[in-house]
Amino acid sequence: MPLLYRLGSAGIKSISCYNVYHCIQKSRPAAKNTEAFPVARQSAKRCRMEFSVQDLACRRGDRTVLSGVSFTVPAGQALILRGANGSGKTTLLRCLAGLTAPAAGTVSFEADDVAYGAHTDGLKAQMSVEETLDFWRQIYGAQSIAETAKAFELSPLMSRRTANLSAGQKRRLSLARLMLTGRALWALDEPTVSLDAQAVAQFATAVSSHLSTGGAAIIATHIDLGLTGAVTLDVTQFKAPQSAEIDPFLDEALL
Amino acid sequence: MIALLRRDLALAIRAGGGFGLGLAFFLILCILVPFGVGADSAILARIAPGILWVGALLACLLSLDRIFQLDFEDGTLDLLATSPLPLEATATIKSLAHWITTGLPLTLTAAPLGQLMNLPPQATPWLVAGLALGTPALSVIGTFGAALTVGLKRGGLLISLLVLPLYMPTLLFGAEAARRGADGLDPTTPLLLMTGISAGCVALLPFATAAALRMNLR
Repeated sequence: MPLLYRLGSAGIKSISCYNVYHCIQKSRPAAKNTEAFPVARQSAKRCRMEFSVQDLACRRGDRTVLSGVSFTVPAGQALILRGANGSGKTTLLRCLAGLTAPAAGTVSFEADDVAYGAHTDGLKAQMSVEETLDFWRQIYGAQSIAETAKAFELSPLMSRRTANLSAGQKRRLSLARLMLTGRALWALDEPTVSLDAQAVAQFATAVSSHLSTGGAAIIATHIDLGLTGAVTLDVTQFKAPQSAEIDPFLDEALL
Repeated sequence: MIALLRRDLALAIRAGGGFGLGLAFFLILCILVPFGVGADSAILARIAPGILWVGALLACLLSLDRIFQLDFEDGTLDLLATSPLPLEATATIKSLAHWITTGLPLTLTAAPLGQLMNLPPQATPWLVAGLALGTPALSVIGTFGAALTVGLKRGGLLISLLVLPLYMPTLLFGAEAARRGADGLDPTTPLLLMTGISAGCVALLPFATAAALRMNLR
């Protein structure tokens, strides 16, 4: 299925959802929606749906960084976000994850459908690998951590403290959390930073298997992950007009 | 929720955590005051309720900036905000964890430390009851202050300035209850007022805390 993204098109995208009971088709309205994080709801990962965004404008602090962002990611597809530093990739992903309310436009899915992977690892130095995975397993109500640990080759490291992991191992642990979320859309911000070639391949395999089970992914990255059927979207074209004065390093400075 | 509480408690107890911080401060204060004021037991007995309450309050303040700042810096707060757990629940659990690591140990050690300060024996139960009922408010208000300043570098000073005025009612009623207990008067009125403040804070402030967090995560 080809990925369609349109620049400011007014076409209404339908959400194809075979399991309507589990998939609440509700659009997140813009700006007025102060409830950025709706009450916990088990997301319906295995229901096939499209993730589309219409005329979205995203803010970072007081400034509108992106406007008119429209795209559709069908289940089983990956969307690769490209753009120079400071072009708004992180801003877009944070908006999709529900951390920022959109300034305009609609999002066809809920923040609870999105598993957000920031470019910080979010790990506690005093906790072991097993404790970290088990914590997120309990938060997301997942079944078991064994499969996840195997997929990211963390099994031999289980009893080790996070403080004693290498940067790449920390990254793998951080990415392993995604598998535990059971959420349909992975929104990842530079996931391959400090991963070696083998770990990147492992990660690509994990993303592929997520896609093959009806999930979707939006990944901001500068390297080629080798995902079949992935479509690239350059966010530079959505740059909001008044944001010309934005510091190119703002993206990193605020996180 | 229980997973988050367990994680926070484990992090507080392990190396680099804030578990002993408040308690150690309280202990040091209660040991040093008799040296500073002098060995006049009558004066000590008079100032004991106030000193113990001020000590408890400052001990609570000490560990406030750790509540959200560490999670914010390593990115965990973003991940918690996008997890199925509502931010209101996260805020409540964070307050509870702060109370268990700070308010509860202070309450439990207040009785022996009161003896060190020559607190009249008839006041001790009221001091302990006051701390047990009042420290939850200190933790919940403190969590709110921590949420307001979460993005700021060196927000500790600002938290103190924001939170101290809000601590005043609890301090006044708590110290008053202990003083009345020492003087043999009926301390139930200040205790009840303080309990009311605690109950109101616990019921309402998690929502304000969650709203403040959402603002700061933008």
